[in-house]
Amino acid sequence: MTELLRIHSLSLSADHKKILDGLDLTIAEQEIHALLGTNGCGKSTLAFVIMGCEGYLPATGTIVFGNRVINDLKIHERARLGITLAWQEPARFEGISIANYLSLGSPSADPARYLQRVGLTPDEYLPRMVDKTLSGGQRKRIELASVLALKPKLAILDEPDSGIDMLSMNEIAAVIEAFKAEGAAVLLITHREEMALVSDRASQLCGGRIVFSGTPSNVARHYKARTCIVCDGNECGNG
Amino acid sequence: MAEKEEIARALGEMGQDSAVLTKSNIAHLVATGHTWLSLREVPGVHLQAKRTSDGIAAELTVSEGARIENPVHLCVGVLEKRGDQRINIAIHLEARSAATFMAHCFFPSAEKVLHAMDAVVDLGREAELRFLEGHYHGPFGGASVLPKADVHVGPRARYVSDFSLTTGRVGQLYIDYNVEAEEEALAEMTTRIFGHATDDIRIRERVALAGKRSRSLIKIRVAVEDQASADVSGITEGREEGARGHVDCVEIVKDQAVANAVPIVKVTHPLAKVTHEAAIGSVDKKQLETLMAHGLTPAQAVDMVVTGMLR
Ligand SMILES: Nc1ncnc2c1ncn2[C@@H]1O[C@H](COP(=O)(O)OP(=O)(O)OP(=O)(O)O)[C@@H](O)[C@H]1O
Ligand SMILES: [Mg+2]
Repeated sequence: MTELLRIHSLSLSADHKKILDGLDLTIAEQEIHALLGTNGCGKSTLAFVIMGCEGYLPATGTIVFGNRVINDLKIHERARLGITLAWQEPARFEGISIANYLSLGSPSADPARYLQRVGLTPDEYLPRMVDKTLSGGQRKRIELASVLALKPKLAILDEPDSGIDMLSMNEIAAVIEAFKAEGAAVLLITHREEMALVSDRASQLCGGRIVFSGTPSNVARHYKARTCIVCDGNECGNG
Repeated sequence: MAEKEEIARALGEMGQDSAVLTKSNIAHLVATGHTWLSLREVPGVHLQAKRTSDGIAAELTVSEGARIENPVHLCVGVLEKRGDQRINIAIHLEARSAATFMAHCFFPSAEKVLHAMDAVVDLGREAELRFLEGHYHGPFGGASVLPKADVHVGPRARYVSDFSLTTGRVGQLYIDYNVEAEEEALAEMTTRIFGHATDDIRIRERVALAGKRSRSLIKIRVAVEDQASADVSGITEGREEGARGHVDCVEIVKDQAVANAVPIVKVTHPLAKVTHEAAIGSVDKKQLETLMAHGLTPAQAVDMVVTGMLR
């Protein structure tokens, strides 16, 4: 399998606290990769670092996408290479319709098709705004649809299964299928082990690094058993 | 007449089809400077226009119970580079009448133009007025526009206004609107303005919830860039039982522009409730980063957030 993303020895501190500490991770083209970790272990931080968000410049380490080191690229430059992110709590916008939002990446995309993929009826949602009139769950579905419409090479999905009116296991599986059908690789961030089962490969994050990688069932079992070789359970509760 | 063609062109620039002025089932009033150029009444809408000692005046009345299907167009402006327009307008919607007014205020070549408007608006019991006001002040920043309005919203009447000035320069704009809402009346006011260069924007909108269960919303959206400044106050007073008011103000500031917002809420009845929210600052970082993760450049992302807010 061709390697798509290679992260090597990534470290990042904030407020004198190490959040990521020598993290290594690789994802192949079209691979669905689940990243499991407890609350506050640094999952979203890793997502922001890969996307290139402001304030998330790693102190050490390299991020290679395709054959290119992307550490110095801005968010939109990374997006144009094919990386995108569905935020854990997506932003709201006044005056931007869902139809418009789903066409940001390619004006020729058919927004209705992507809404159906996330279980929303196009007639009802296309004219609505991506604003605070949407519920948390609706907003997250819109984000997933818009990320899908970008036809990314790598989609980072930060806890699509969390929040009010969360997506069910079956719905997540259907969304993942849709990304597969578009030829995208997915970094699926979650803290629920059963979610890993829709992936091809999984990793467990703890103490700022990947402590275990392997088949989804193995990683899920390892994560569920609360065994952490890094912190011995003192930090992550996985002792 | 050359002036009519100019007006048609100005309307076009504001996104309005000038054919509305030729249709017999659409009421309108048109003035440039201190000259009334055209006037048409329709059943239920009575218009009177005259010259006064220092400007022009108009009275617009919608008869009791009349529900006017097509918007009444009110086109005022100064087409020359220099000039004055002082205008007094009295609008009266009699009980249970309903109408939409579209005011087009244009100063497309303004280098030194003054427009001072004094409006008195009176809505009778259960009347409904939608007042949509679009402004175009041209590219030079030479307009001084001073709209002042006193609005009385009668029992169970509804007043919905929308003021928009989002293309071209603003120049100097001092808005001063006072609204009084009676029992179970509704007042909903939206203002959207984009200031550039040295534009000077001052907005004062005040609603007095004077009747039981009266309701109001003041929504203000302002973006300023370059050295423009915006000074905004949204004032709501809850004076009666069950009155509910909200002030919602968002200002986006770019470059060296300056903005402030003062939402003032006063409650003089224990069973009235008035709330406010105000956000002033540069474009929200998460909004920008989200759009950039969809492939937009930082400049495109800022533009999209600002345009969306002003839409
Ligand atoms: N900008 C920042 N400044 C300081 N601390 C931060 C910053 N961003 C994150 N942190 C801290 O880093 C840790 C990891 O946060 P992060 O949001 O990445 O966790 P997470 O695994 O996504 O958690 P959750 O499951 O709750 O979403 C937390 O302790 C958090 O408080
Ligand atoms: Mg998180």
